[in-house]
Amino acid sequence: MAKDVSDPTKKAVERSESFTTVSGVPVERLYTPEHIRDLNYAEDLGDPGKPPYTRGIYPEMYRSRLWTMRQFSGFGTAADTNARLHYLLNHGQTGLSVAFHLPTLMGYDSDHPMSNGEIGKCGVAIDSLADLETLFKGIPLDQISTSMTTNAPAAILWSMYLAVAEQQGVDWKKLRGTIQNDILKEYIAQKTYIFPPKPSMKLIVDTFEFGTQYVPQWNTISISGYHIREAGSTALQELAFTLYDGIEYIEWARGAGLDIDDFAPRLSFFFNAHNDLFEEIAKYRAARKVWHKVMTERFHSKNPRSAMLRFHTQTAGCSLTAQQPYNNIVRVAIQALAAVLGGTQSLHTNSLDETLALPTEHAARIALRTQQIIAHETGVTNTVDPFAGSYFLERLTLDMEKGCWEYFDRLDAMGGMVAAIEKGFPQREIHDASYKYQKAVERKEKIIVGVNEFVMEDEPPIEILLIDESVAALQIEQLQRLRQTRDNGRVRATLEDLRRAATANNVNMMPSILECVRAYATLGEICDVLREVYGVYEEPAF
Amino acid sequence: MDQKIRVIVAKPGLDGHDRGAKVVARAFRDAGFEVIYTGLRQTPEQIVNAALQEDADVVGLSVLSGAHMTLLPRITQLMKKERLDDVLVVVGGIIPDQDIPKLKESGVSAVFQPGASTEDIITYIRQNVRKK
Repeated sequence: MAKDVSDPTKKAVERSESFTTVSGVPVERLYTPEHIRDLNYAEDLGDPGKPPYTRGIYPEMYRSRLWTMRQFSGFGTAADTNARLHYLLNHGQTGLSVAFHLPTLMGYDSDHPMSNGEIGKCGVAIDSLADLETLFKGIPLDQISTSMTTNAPAAILWSMYLAVAEQQGVDWKKLRGTIQNDILKEYIAQKTYIFPPKPSMKLIVDTFEFGTQYVPQWNTISISGYHIREAGSTALQELAFTLYDGIEYIEWARGAGLDIDDFAPRLSFFFNAHNDLFEEIAKYRAARKVWHKVMTERFHSKNPRSAMLRFHTQTAGCSLTAQQPYNNIVRVAIQALAAVLGGTQSLHTNSLDETLALPTEHAARIALRTQQIIAHETGVTNTVDPFAGSYFLERLTLDMEKGCWEYFDRLDAMGGMVAAIEKGFPQREIHDASYKYQKAVERKEKIIVGVNEFVMEDEPPIEILLIDESVAALQIEQLQRLRQTRDNGRVRATLEDLRRAATANNVNMMPSILECVRAYATLGEICDVLREVYGVYEEPAF
Repeated sequence: MDQKIRVIVAKPGLDGHDRGAKVVARAFRDAGFEVIYTGLRQTPEQIVNAALQEDADVVGLSVLSGAHMTLLPRITQLMKKERLDDVLVVVGGIIPDQDIPKLKESGVSAVFQPGASTEDIITYIRQNVRKK
């Protein structure tokens, strides 16, 4: 037997001079009660379901109801995606989430020259109400909640959804779901914008107002940090910019005369789940606490629901590797665990093949099963906020909050988020963070298994989903047939009404958009009118 | 001393995922290249025009939308038409393995898939750029 020669009084040499989170935040060797001396249970944490909601917005959390398992899906034609939605529902998915192809997100019809090569590739091709009818065929909209990832044309796609509900005879008051509808993070990070900030913000405020009145269970926005993180931000930047985007939307809605407690309960959030387990859990906990404070102290909300931050989570696409793709299953599982330990309301788990293409059915099923294993096998759902009181986690949570207030001060000083975007501030912060991370990976200060360490030569390729150009031909044929068979006089009349409403700029746009949609005006035709009236956004060069 | 290598960094296609393009552009600048970043959603015609105007040695293209098999051969075709045959075309983004031979056949010199290091891309360009 080997003799134990370790001397307990002598410090072992550590593997590195400094240890940091994936965001580059220094981490100490040990956390003790000293690190959380400033923590006050009632003020900083509170029981779950009680302000400031750090520990969760519901007292029972997953003991009463699990999070919604909502896999983001969309590819090819509406019929292709309809089949995938049915497949996922048959395998125990509990909510729907639709991915649209880029022409739809950019307000172009499938036969527009800019759509060439893009049809059905990044999501499902939707040109008109006719496509959305096919997409939800056999899916009763009063029995499922649906999330639609659409931003610049969100009001149009939501109108199409409302029109499908009418056809199914479903009362709008029974509809549950979310439109992403978050244009600020598009300017900041994902860059799928169409119109300039002012008219874009008006369209969003119009949806807040319309939803409050007619579709009261609908989340009219999902204020998103996901894309900010994917663009390379740190966890803190993701949190701070996202919550501050929330502040900006509230300012604009109040400016339009809306009462905060009417619309704020329907604001929802969307965060990323990256690899660093504790940093991510701290981020979600700090998010709830900061938002509670923003709502009650900055905006003086009275309705408790206004100050309860509800959020969706998606695991980090940017953390996945094309190399040894099966390893991604493990990354996704750990990221999903962070989201659950952080108290998410719904979750999308990425598929192992997403750095290569849209997921195959097999890969999508493994991703869904990952959530089911966490929910039913690991035991983490048995008690609420199980890591509370951890010296390390509570310190991280407090620091995350503090960093948030510091960013808020800087953004306030710039005159708000729209002004900061015009100056390029959040864009530059994110770009600097992403460059720093890339350099750290190239210097091997950060190890990515299979990429800069533990590399394998000659990996066998895996099966991936390919969308061929026959999808484009079919979609364009259907679109052109629609243009010939619909009542074009009615289309022209509704588009003219839309132009008048947009030009007047003092009425809610939703009723006119709904009329266009019901007449089977296409998304591209509606966006063309709005582009003519509103203009288009060009990113400032920095 | 050699003249600076002039690189156009462009994003054809409709996606706005510019993280990779911007990181690579900055790494090129740090490596001493002269970089012209065209911005998002450039048509093949705009990109080739920029390459002509800027007298580029290299055209770096980033596509993550899945439209690469339509857009990239169109760019290389236009470049041939404009007699830009000696301009190096390198591509990054979400490009599946099976598409790489077809892209190379169309005139793309190299494809860098997710996980590629900026150092590797810079070294490749230095070794393969046209000699002035």
